[in-house]
Amino acid sequence: MSPSVCLQEMIRVIRGARTQGEERGVIQRECAAIRAQFRQADNGGRSHNLAKLLYVHMLGYPAHFGQMECVRLIASSKYSEKRIGYLGAMMLLDEKQDASLLITNSIKNDLSHSSQHVQSLALCTLACMGSAEMCRDLAPEIERLLKASNSYIKKKAALCAVHIVRKIPELGEMFTPSAHSLLSEKNHGVLHGAVILITELCERNPDNLKQFRKSVPELVQIMKNLVTSGYSPEHNVAGISDPFLQVRILRLLRILGRNNDAASDAMNDLLAQVATNTDSSKTAGSAVLYETVLTIMDIRSESGLRVLAVNILGRFLLNNDRNIRYISMTSLQKIVQTDHTAVQRHRGTIVDCLKDQDASVKRYAPSQRWHIDTILHVLVTAGGDVRDETVPNLIQLITAASELHCYTVHKLYRALISDIVQQSLVQVACWCIGEYGDLLLKGECEEITPMQVTEDDVLDALETVLQSHMSTPTSRGFALTAIMKLSTRITNNVDRIRSVVSIYGSCIDVELQQRAVEYNALFKKYDHMRAAVLERMPVIDRNSSGQTNGDPSVEPMKEFNQPKPVQGVLIQEPANQVCDLLDLLGDSNPPLLVTNDHTSTAPNSTNSTSSNVQDNLLDLLGGLEPTPAPSVTVFEKGGLSLKLQCDQQTETSTTVTFTASNSTQSDITGFNLQAAVPKSVQLQMKAPSGDLIPAQGCGTVTQTVLLSYTNKANLKMRVRLSYSSQGTACQDMVQIDSFPSPAWS
Amino acid sequence: MTCTKIRFILIQNRAGKTRLAKWYMQFDDDEKQKLIEEVHAVVTVRDAKHTNFVEFRNFKIIYRRYAGLYFCICVDVTDNNLAYLEGIHNFVEVLNEYFHNVCELDLVFNFYKVYTVVDEMFLAGEIRETSQTKVLKQLLMLQSLE
Repeated sequence: MSPSVCLQEMIRVIRGARTQGEERGVIQRECAAIRAQFRQADNGGRSHNLAKLLYVHMLGYPAHFGQMECVRLIASSKYSEKRIGYLGAMMLLDEKQDASLLITNSIKNDLSHSSQHVQSLALCTLACMGSAEMCRDLAPEIERLLKASNSYIKKKAALCAVHIVRKIPELGEMFTPSAHSLLSEKNHGVLHGAVILITELCERNPDNLKQFRKSVPELVQIMKNLVTSGYSPEHNVAGISDPFLQVRILRLLRILGRNNDAASDAMNDLLAQVATNTDSSKTAGSAVLYETVLTIMDIRSESGLRVLAVNILGRFLLNNDRNIRYISMTSLQKIVQTDHTAVQRHRGTIVDCLKDQDASVKRYAPSQRWHIDTILHVLVTAGGDVRDETVPNLIQLITAASELHCYTVHKLYRALISDIVQQSLVQVACWCIGEYGDLLLKGECEEITPMQVTEDDVLDALETVLQSHMSTPTSRGFALTAIMKLSTRITNNVDRIRSVVSIYGSCIDVELQQRAVEYNALFKKYDHMRAAVLERMPVIDRNSSGQTNGDPSVEPMKEFNQPKPVQGVLIQEPANQVCDLLDLLGDSNPPLLVTNDHTSTAPNSTNSTSSNVQDNLLDLLGGLEPTPAPSVTVFEKGGLSLKLQCDQQTETSTTVTFTASNSTQSDITGFNLQAAVPKSVQLQMKAPSGDLIPAQGCGTVTQTVLLSYTNKANLKMRVRLSYSSQGTACQDMVQIDSFPSPAWS
Repeated sequence: MTCTKIRFILIQNRAGKTRLAKWYMQFDDDEKQKLIEEVHAVVTVRDAKHTNFVEFRNFKIIYRRYAGLYFCICVDVTDNNLAYLEGIHNFVEVLNEYFHNVCELDLVFNFYKVYTVVDEMFLAGEIRETSQTKVLKQLLMLQSLE
């Protein structure tokens, strides 16, 4: 039997094991030794052995043979042994083990121990793993300790009482009087414990609620002291005085004020004070503010206070800290569902924020349906202030979520028939009904209560939009197109559609008139094409440059042209000729460059209407300022010069543009660039604009190169230039070690 | 009625080794092991772009990464995320003071002391003592008893 090694040594040996098997071997040996040690009646190293066993247990190995040892150690008189014994009890024993009952007596004795440290061990263990029987046995002791003079013990006893109340709610009565008196303590720790205890008592038993409502003024006073008091070093976190206690008190106030006017009144002032005075620059302050907002929204607060709360959430949405944005988004979602009025006043801010955060919302959205629901809610309550891009944004989202088409169209239809004031909602609803009308008419949808919708109902709804004076021209356009699309999706009322369409052929609104006339033509002369033209739209790809010239299926996309032209469209500086072609598409996102690779040398692939569409879809991806990027001359020889310009820099990729120009008297022909990069970098070269560089600077050749890498520091490139100048073939090499950063990054 | 409290506190390293596991709710041993593995899987795939909150079964986990260690607190869904985030930081600052610029090895070789710190600051599934000075004073006193 190997001699027992001390704990640290054993840990070192275990960590030294190189394989899982080796580790297991070491541990088996150690456990055997420990077991043998336990069997010996008396030895000085008992606590070390148990400590070793506990370490082994933490690594995931079985250790139940140590349970009785814990019981023995707890009964010891030495502090160091007691302490390990109790730790072992907390780690190895739980309610299900019989051995736990054996320690009840020890705990009882230790609760009245002369040393507060021993008392605290006992309290801790009871609070951690005390079973119902143990709690029942020991509750009177705890109650006694709550009145003890030592605040250190009172703190622990209070939380121990919380544990007891959770295990056996009836015992709560025993603690109610003491809990009340604890509120007058000055010690923060005791107060904290008392507030938690009262919270627990109130949640378990409504009678307690009534009783503790009387304490609201006291709690309000405590909070006031915390908020207005000066700097208190002990409990200060980032300038907030004991934020943890503040949060707990606010939570208790919430429970007390819920559904009770008197209590809510009493705390109105305080909540306003906390909301306005708390500094939210750090997480601690935000935590307090957040709890305050939750409390305000939950009690019967006056409307001014609610507005304040929503304001705070709105501010949170603009916060730099992602965590804070996240919680405010989740809270707002709940609020929008239950309390429209408070939110209505702040549509602008909230919707602005939601729009900006769209990418984050997307990331956090647990599902597409959640995402759609959330935006729908926003549209329903605040649709009037939604930016126009939200409409195509939402539409794109809906097309992408194909399994949700039925659900979405049902939801939107219901929203439409209840209210047509919110134009964005109307537009999205019309579009969806037009697209997925057949799903709507089928009637059933899994996630929504079934509702029978007839063709007439649908057409009525759309015509209402068309005729209503509340509808904007845009919305009426949507409605008319939707009605037209339905002509291929319904069976009975095609004539009705025909008549609607022909009526609007003489509408005063030019836009509507044009549409109606065209649709009329579709009915008459081009009826054979109607089904094809009006068929389901493909999923709209955000980056797609799928619009081609003259395709009638582009027509439904006209809706997207209505919204205001884009903010901050990413356009390359005209001086940079490489992207003059791509420029028309208005997008310098790398994925787009890929698809245009084949067309970059054929200028006729783009056209202005599609670029307009692109702009509207793409500015969602964020505007980049069109400032010139600096260009650097990397090579210069005999009149040929090569300039380099970096654009589109992200953490892991760069788009580099080479521009070659010629200041000699004769043209340079056969110009060709080859590039090499280190292994950690990936390179993609686009087709050059040509291979002839006109003389005397009359023109240039440009070529774009895409680089992606994991570490920007490794970015280097070697470029070989081959060309013919004045009849001689030349080849030159240049190494580029540093890349200029774009002006705006 | 929501029983709002901490379910467990875990300190794990990136490889998944547990440096501390404090349970405030009843679980079997194999359930505990499973939970540890699940938490590890959920938390290590997240990076700086994510928030410090993640939904987990029908609870949520507030976590923060310090060097190679993940400090995770599993709380009820109705709990105040930010407050617990501050709680974790408070705890780590105490560890730092107590072990003089704490590192993972300190937590390994002195694991039972770490439990003492936890028990000073958290009890019965709640934050117990928030004053760093008070906790440190208490810890030093306990140390002298050994």
